[in-house]
Amino acid sequence: MSENNVIQITETLDKPKATTDGYEIVHSKSQLFYPEYERKGELKHQTHYCPGCGHGVAHKLIAEALEDLGVQDQTILVSPVGCSVFAYYYFDVGNVQVAHGRAPAAATALKRACPDKIVLAYQGDGDLAAIGTAEIVHAANRGEKISVFFVNNAIYGMTGGQMAPTTLVGQKSTTSPWGRRPVNEGFPLHMAEMLATLEAPVYIERVALSDNKNIMKARRAVRKALELQRDGAGFTFVEILSPCPTIWGKDPVEARKWIAEKMIPNFPLNVFRDRKVEVPNNNIPPHKTVAELIEGEKRAVGDAELPLRHHHFRELGIKIAGFGGQGVLLLGQLLAEMGMREGLEVSWLPSYGPEMRSGSAHCHVCLSKDRIGSPLVSRPQVLVAFNEISLRKFAAEVAPGGTIIYGREALPDDLSIPQAQVVCIPASEIADKLGSAKVANVVMMGALLEETECLSPATAMQVLEKKVKNPVMLELDRKALAAGRIYIDHTVAIGAVTQADGFAQ
Amino acid sequence: MSGQARGNITIDVEECKGCGLCVESCPPKCLELAPELSSYGVHPARYTGHDCTGCGICFYCCPEPGAIIVYRLAPPPKAVASQVQSGGEHAPTV
Repeated sequence: MSENNVIQITETLDKPKATTDGYEIVHSKSQLFYPEYERKGELKHQTHYCPGCGHGVAHKLIAEALEDLGVQDQTILVSPVGCSVFAYYYFDVGNVQVAHGRAPAAATALKRACPDKIVLAYQGDGDLAAIGTAEIVHAANRGEKISVFFVNNAIYGMTGGQMAPTTLVGQKSTTSPWGRRPVNEGFPLHMAEMLATLEAPVYIERVALSDNKNIMKARRAVRKALELQRDGAGFTFVEILSPCPTIWGKDPVEARKWIAEKMIPNFPLNVFRDRKVEVPNNNIPPHKTVAELIEGEKRAVGDAELPLRHHHFRELGIKIAGFGGQGVLLLGQLLAEMGMREGLEVSWLPSYGPEMRSGSAHCHVCLSKDRIGSPLVSRPQVLVAFNEISLRKFAAEVAPGGTIIYGREALPDDLSIPQAQVVCIPASEIADKLGSAKVANVVMMGALLEETECLSPATAMQVLEKKVKNPVMLELDRKALAAGRIYIDHTVAIGAVTQADGFAQ
Repeated sequence: MSGQARGNITIDVEECKGCGLCVESCPPKCLELAPELSSYGVHPARYTGHDCTGCGICFYCCPEPGAIIVYRLAPPPKAVASQVQSGGEHAPTV
């Protein structure tokens, strides 16, 4: 140990603060930490970590680097599950605490939504290397421009010492009481080496908090990872071998030595990746809109260019519900594609699962002039209900002043929907008379277009012509669309009272 | 130089958990665990009062964010130094 003790720290804080007695402060609590930790009423000046815990040191190295980079107010820290779950009580930065193992997934979303922010995930070995294996591997493989700090202490600390994926061969834990045996529990997982097999990461290093020298190396690694992220380089990963004196059953000084003697031989310290990664077509936005891509070169010759259409809404949420097999989802797709052709942002979100087979099915369609935040339509302005079950299930969700297109002749007697206008149309019967009950969904579409005027019937025909290859069916669809529109135009508009209490507010 | 150490350190007894890592890490061995117990029932670290170089190793080995503050002897201000050189009347005594 003694040869490690002769290190002088040459880098010091930028501006030493003058103090009395001729001394000036060179190292003190980082401004990045809260002055007081609000976790509990008592002990607000101490972390909750055990004496000698490596988390405190790792926290300090990260805090110092962030402070020196001057990015405190641009930083988002993703806290894990584990002992460091409370990291947000210490770091005075943007904080998110996420489900077990999901930090790289949440960090991905944060970084993509806020590309100018410094996003770091802080994870333990149970979090990152067990339950979160998929998230870290794929975030690294995608080359997300985040920094992940992986604190590896070869054990589950918070839950009381169960075997972790990184537990050493022969190491005892509550779930490997005779020591880890590869024949039964496999070998320790080497995350840094694993991730270094991927193309995308730009920086991967393993460091250890085992002695003075290695702590200072860890300090440089943490700083480098964050600098690389600041410069937009790519995915950075620092694995920190860290002591857990309490669970290891060692005093803090012994625990540090145990890292050097047992962990480092198993988890060699190394820079596994340090390179600039050239990604083809990096940051080049797609030249074509999704609508154009879907249309591709297949756009039929002679397709009339649609006149520019004025839409009377900023955003329109439509919910379509009925029995599986009635063309509920297809109607949603048709509407979405029509919206796309008319230059709107669109989304289509189907319900899935066993209910889709001879049960109720529904889908959400969003038509918008702006980018759509969520495809989920929880307060639809328009509900298209093919049957009574769907109507009863979703009628209350319809926004006040909204419209319901109901696929039966009249509302059930006991149902009152005061907040919305209800239009009834016996779509299945109309379709059946035309020749096929299968086109009931197109009848409903005709009714929807006529009632709400959200999209143009001409666009509907364009989409149908593209989708329906069978000329007989296409002709049927043409008739069904017209029948739906005519029913609304003639039958409903001449004053047929379709519900007991009318449109009241 | 007189006997004044190059560095100095203060340890917050309320924050110190008595893990002893700073004592172990200190290159000039100028830290020790106090024989008396703190209010938490641990022996907190303390500065022996001499030989601190202000290297800062203890700060980085200590897991608590604010338990240790490290000081270094400030270099004499340049203006004053030039006065000393010129032997001015107001040359400060160290």
